[in-house]
Amino acid sequence: MSVVFWKELADHFSSRRFMILLAIIVLTGVWAIYASGQSIRQDAESAPPDFVFLLLLTSQSGGLLSLATFLGLLGPLVGIMLGFDAVSGEYARGTLSRVLSQPIYRDNLINGKFLAGLATVAILWASVLLLVIGLGISLVGFPPNAEELWRMLIFTVVGILYVGFWLALALLFSLLFQRTVTAALGSLALWLFLTIFAPLIAQIAAALIAPDASTPEAVVRQVDITNMISRISPSALYGETVQIVLNPLARVLGAALPEQTQGILLTPLALSQSLLLIFPQLTTLIALVAVCFGISYIKFMRAEIRA
Amino acid sequence: MSAVIETSGLTKRYRDLVAVNDLDLRVEEGEIFGFLGPNGAGKTTTILMLLGLSEPTSGNARVCGFDPTRDPLEVKRRVGYLPENPGFYDDLSGGENLLYIARLNRIPETEAHRRIVRLLEQIGLGNDGDRAVREYSRGMKQRLGIAEVLVKEPRVLILDEPTLGLDPDGAARILEMIMGLSREHGLTVLLSSHLLHQVQQMCHRVGIIVKGKLIALGKVDQLGSAIFKERQWNFLVEVEGRADGLESELRELPGVADIEPRSRGWFLRCVRDVRPEMLSLVSRKGLSLLQLRSEDATLEDIYLKYFREA
Repeated sequence: MSVVFWKELADHFSSRRFMILLAIIVLTGVWAIYASGQSIRQDAESAPPDFVFLLLLTSQSGGLLSLATFLGLLGPLVGIMLGFDAVSGEYARGTLSRVLSQPIYRDNLINGKFLAGLATVAILWASVLLLVIGLGISLVGFPPNAEELWRMLIFTVVGILYVGFWLALALLFSLLFQRTVTAALGSLALWLFLTIFAPLIAQIAAALIAPDASTPEAVVRQVDITNMISRISPSALYGETVQIVLNPLARVLGAALPEQTQGILLTPLALSQSLLLIFPQLTTLIALVAVCFGISYIKFMRAEIRA
Repeated sequence: MSAVIETSGLTKRYRDLVAVNDLDLRVEEGEIFGFLGPNGAGKTTTILMLLGLSEPTSGNARVCGFDPTRDPLEVKRRVGYLPENPGFYDDLSGGENLLYIARLNRIPETEAHRRIVRLLEQIGLGNDGDRAVREYSRGMKQRLGIAEVLVKEPRVLILDEPTLGLDPDGAARILEMIMGLSREHGLTVLLSSHLLHQVQQMCHRVGIIVKGKLIALGKVDQLGSAIFKERQWNFLVEVEGRADGLESELRELPGVADIEPRSRGWFLRCVRDVRPEMLSLVSRKGLSLLQLRSEDATLEDIYLKYFREA
């Protein structure tokens, strides 16, 4: 299996589309960091905030998206790009039966491809993050503290998981449709739906289920239902997870009544507490990746290869 | 001597279509076996079952003593398979493609490099080994495919339409290569094709498969008499002189089933010996007879009879 893994990894890193994606991510990342870094530096001199590096990732400078959100938008595209021609490309090039007629176990092929994709994503994401830390240190003047590093590490893991889901999905479509273009379009369509339309649908659905928005309790209830429905979309899961992990002050997902928040001291949460908050989201993400890959695995093992 | 490839009652059914019907086959070591049949006859399906890439509905097969459904890896270690229209990784070079396959076969790196260099020389791609496969012509790709099946030094070669899409010269070279290698290494070759002349040229024995059923099996020259109950009479006639209208008159001779023009005369397929009538016709028209040759039933006759019916 390692033979397949290394070949696929080499293929990914030498492909042109990967280079383009990498260039886009790095350039935008650098620019976003620079912009937010400048504004933070000015504040840092007067009253240094506790979690500067996390702010670098989450601040929206000049009305643009924060880096975390930007990565969350671009990540799925990277995942789709790496996965959509995984199997359908082999069919198109007629190489599948050649490779499968060699003495390797059939699952080595699909495992190798998936792991190579994940490894590429991991390297990409980690590189961007290291870039952020490096630039941050030079801009702000001091290195991140331990809590910040842990949170950024978890952010990286969550990001890889999230993109991993899209990779697994693209792989599944690549297997189901056997035609590269259809796989790509299908994945992109699903991404569009889940990222843009699902939140809207969630809101409409919540309004239908709990139409009463008169009292504050009812409003909170409506918001809760909206959030619950929108959690079907992995991008919502990613959004919530990132929100809690990268923002130690955040302690509530969704809306809260003033009675509930009264008397709470605004001290940052410890990492373990933040993790407890988003534990369900994390497990759902892991489950989604596992299910997608599992279906791909079964389909591939049973397919009759004629190409 | 035990058979290298053996099938017994091999059947493959897809819902309502029987692709391979109760196939009993036996290929001995060192022989070149031709698997002949029209498109869709079940040749590729049979090959897939022999390799363990497809599961038979019933019956069993044994390749080099192993059951491809139970020990596919053992079979794949010993068999080199070249599919129809082989594809390669276009971005990689020919040598790199071979190296990938060698690594998948767990051949040690130095040994793999040695074999690849030698094979590339042997197939005539010595200078092009480093170019991307994208730039290869059809013939070069086919030759690369042959090199690839030999990288693992198999005991058996299974080639599915190896000369498809090649010009006659390219096809002839590939076939020569295969025959030479088979003799040199004692390889057993199972060749699947719908092109008769090539099969006729190089195969020791031939199996004809039509609509999933093996309708004939045996040496090429024996095959004719095995299939035809009535004797086929074939004649090649060449004349000199003005031959207008000769063809239509020949066609009208009783017993002539078909006439095909050849470069300097005609090829007649008849159900009886029409030579006396033919000779008197030729002399009546005042023509000189240059050649009159009788030919036995060829594979082509079998082809036409069965493939047309199929």
